[in-house]
Parts: sequence; C-alpha cells; structure tokens
Amino acid sequence: MSEIRNELKYLPSHEWARVEEDGTVTIGISDHAQDSLGDVVFVELPEVGSSVSKGEEAGVVESVKAASDIYSPVSGEVIAINEALEDAPETVNESPYDDGWFFKVKPEDTDELSDALDADGYRNAIENE
Amino acid sequence: MGNRTPLFDRHQAMGGKIVDFGGWDMPLHYGSQMEEHHQVRKAAGMFDVSHMTIVDIDGEHAKPFLQYLLANDVGKLDGKPGKALYSGMLNHDGGVVDDLIVYNREGHFLREGHYRLIVNCATREKDLDWIRHISADYDVEISERPHLAMIAVQGPEARAKVTQVLPQFAEGIEQLSVFQALEEKDWFIGRTGYTGEDGLEILMPDEQAATFWQALADVGVAPCGLGARDTLRLEAGMNLYGHEMDEQTSPLVANMGWTIAWIPEQRDFVGRQAVTDQKAAGVQDKLVGLTLTSRGVLRAGQKVRVNGSECEGVITSGSFSPTLGHSIALARIPVDADGEAEVELRGKWVNVAITKPAFVRHGQSII
Repeated sequence: MSEIRNELKYLPSHEWARVEEDGTVTIGISDHAQDSLGDVVFVELPEVGSSVSKGEEAGVVESVKAASDIYSPVSGEVIAINEALEDAPETVNESPYDDGWFFKVKPEDTDELSDALDADGYRNAIENE
Repeated sequence: MGNRTPLFDRHQAMGGKIVDFGGWDMPLHYGSQMEEHHQVRKAAGMFDVSHMTIVDIDGEHAKPFLQYLLANDVGKLDGKPGKALYSGMLNHDGGVVDDLIVYNREGHFLREGHYRLIVNCATREKDLDWIRHISADYDVEISERPHLAMIAVQGPEARAKVTQVLPQFAEGIEQLSVFQALEEKDWFIGRTGYTGEDGLEILMPDEQAATFWQALADVGVAPCGLGARDTLRLEAGMNLYGHEMDEQTSPLVANMGWTIAWIPEQRDFVGRQAVTDQKAAGVQDKLVGLTLTSRGVLRAGQKVRVNGSECEGVITSGSFSPTLGHSIALARIPVDADGEAEVELRGKWVNVAITKPAFVRHGQSII
C-alpha cells in the first residue's frame, strides 16, 4: 500500500499540497502517483515568477511509461521550483513527499485548498480507481 | 484473474508489480524498471517469458511444411542440430501474421523432421489457427507445449550465472554458439534473447521453474519485468509484434527484408507472390530509429513530419533509453527521408535525428 500523509491535501489527479508556516504552498505528486508512473525520467516545471491557476496545468512529469500533466491545486505566483529534479528526476520516486517536491506557490487565497481532499478522501479516491 | 505462469508466486514474493499482459498476470517491474534495465546491460537479469507459445512441429513433412509456412527457409538449418532461425510468418497478402524463432531439433531426436517454434503470446490463437490451416496438405503433427515454462537470462554475466546454477550443463553452455540450442530431457537451452546482450532462453517443465528461478536469484541474477524487457529490445532495435509489424504492414517496411529467403527461387512460401510484387513496385515507407536528445519522451503513435515532405510517418515504439539517457524511438517514415525529422510531442513539433533502427549492442551505444 502506498503512503498517504495525514497533514497533506490532495487532488484526485494525485498532486499533494502542503501549507507551510509562512503561508506558502508546496506541491508534489503522491506516492501512489509515482508508483503508478514508474521510473520518472523528466520533470517539466513552471518558471519561477510565473503564475499558476488552480486546476490548470503547471507542468509535466514523464516516466518510462507515460507523460502526465501536473495540475496546480492553488492559484498564485511560483516562488521556487525544485531544481534538483533536473539532474535527479528519480528523486520523485524515492522521496515523493520530501526531496521530490515540485514547486512552491505564494497563493492568492489559501481557502482554495478547502475543497481539496484530505488523507481519508484521497485514500477512498485511489481505492475506487 | 488472468492466466498465471508457474512463477506467479515468485513474482509476488519478490515484490513484482503485476499487470495484465495479453490475458496474463505478469510482472511489469520489481521496484525500478530502470535499475532492472541496467542490471541486464551490466551484469545479468532474468525474465519470466513462460507466457510465450511453444509449438512443436514433427513428422515426415515437417521441413517442407515449414518451408512453405515461413518466409525464411528452414532449409538453412539442415545438418545443423540445435540451430535457430528468426522468421516472419506471412499471410497470402504479404502481411505479418507473427514473427517467431524456429529451432532444428534433429539432434535431440537423432533424425530429421523435428522443429520447435516459439511464437508470441498475444497472437497465440490466430497463430495456431493459421499453422493448422496451412498444414492441411502436410503430414505433420502440431503440438502446443503449454506445460513448459520459459526463463530468459540475459546480460554479459548470464551464461556464467546459469552455469553456476546448472553445473551439469556447464560444458554444453560453454560450447553453445549464438542462435544455437541444446536440450536434454525436457530442458531446452537456447543462446538467444530479446535484449541485445549475450544470454540464454531456457525452457523447462513447469514444476521445475520456481526452484530454478530462485536459484538464479540466489546467485545474484536480478528479476526483471516486462517494462525493462521493452526498453531493452527497443534499444536493441528489435521489432515488437503489433508495433513495428502487423498483418497490414509489409515485412519490407518493418526492417524484415533480411528474414525473407528469396533463394532458392523455386521454394514457394505463403506470401511470396505478394512480397515479390511489393519489392518490384518499391515500398513507400521504411523503419528507422529516431533520437531526441532534448527533454521529453517519444511514444508510440506520435506523428512524424519529415522535412520537405508533406508525407507523414508515425512512431511505432518509443521510450526513454536508460542506457543513452535520452529518448529513442522506432518509426515508420517515407523511404526518401533522411537526416532530421520532427515529432509532435504533446502539441509541439520538436526536432529529432533519424538513425538506423538500432541503438545499443552489448552495453554500448551504436548510434
């Protein structure tokens, strides 16, 4: 069974979001998602300073098996991206919730996350896939 | 639940991610497809290929039957016990019903007229129907061997590892040439494979498969899934049925021209007239390799645009090449195309280089 962290919010499309102490939001893909994709070989991230919109494409993750869009769970300005993924995309497989994060957003409105799934909701979603 | 090979429990015990493959529950990988791929290129890996279909052809007419059934000529195997031949099995229109390996088993029976075919699992039923249909005029016995398991052990250390586990075959394996098989009782060991590395494909009774598999694991042979099998064969430039070839595609545009034995001219085989006509008329397409050194992954079905031509081609197989560190593909494109092409990758046209359809041999890049 894949790991689902209780403190995170999730989208049905398998992104996770973590609200940091400073109010920024860190985004990545779930353990279940990396397991389904298999070995990740490229991650395409938004540019720092660009803006992303809730529910819109913000990047792409490509594995040996498939390409998959990354959707942003919140709207806002991208303030950081995980540049380490450029040379070490396998980090997404090895550490999806920690070292394998994708990008950080300064959200316009953190309430946007209120309709994202909690851990139990996400667990239900993937069990019914 | 799908069909299961005698190794299914081993796959689960070793952490295999099980997927449906042509009606069979097979391991896709055991954690990391990339790691398994590298193990085969650098050391040794093993694949459960028991889902493949084994068909024995025996009888007085076995040779003339196979000379008619197959585009390659089993006459090339005469007097060469254990020798193997790769061939297409064509339909009357010159399309490919399947590709297969045929072995001469005269050494085992100590007389001529005994052959073994190994064909694809996804095409099993239509292959058996077709073989039986064509055999109507021949005195041959056609026997499927569903109770033989098959394990491919591949990589530079493959033969040494198998010898460790099967010391009784040490001398035979040592002397086995490429595309040659030896057999003893129900064990059949061929120096063949689908990876571009040295290695063996080993058939054995179902009930002995799990013990053998575990013994190989115990001497350090990495279990590998279908994922690595696909990236390895793609790097090696080997065709996959349903991708590079099918009943609608001429073997001449699937890089299989070399498998058609045109000589002797008096040998008739199924599809001969059709492929002769295709050859005389000239084919429109060819199978090439493509490399993408920038980011992104080429995938089957993506469109290929050739510079200066309005004709389009298509990627038949594509993936990330773990050995080369970038994406590669096989593609069917117009014959006159050369140099560069463009591929539509997620709505954007990107430049790719056209290469010959083979990328890696014996662990080294050959592009």
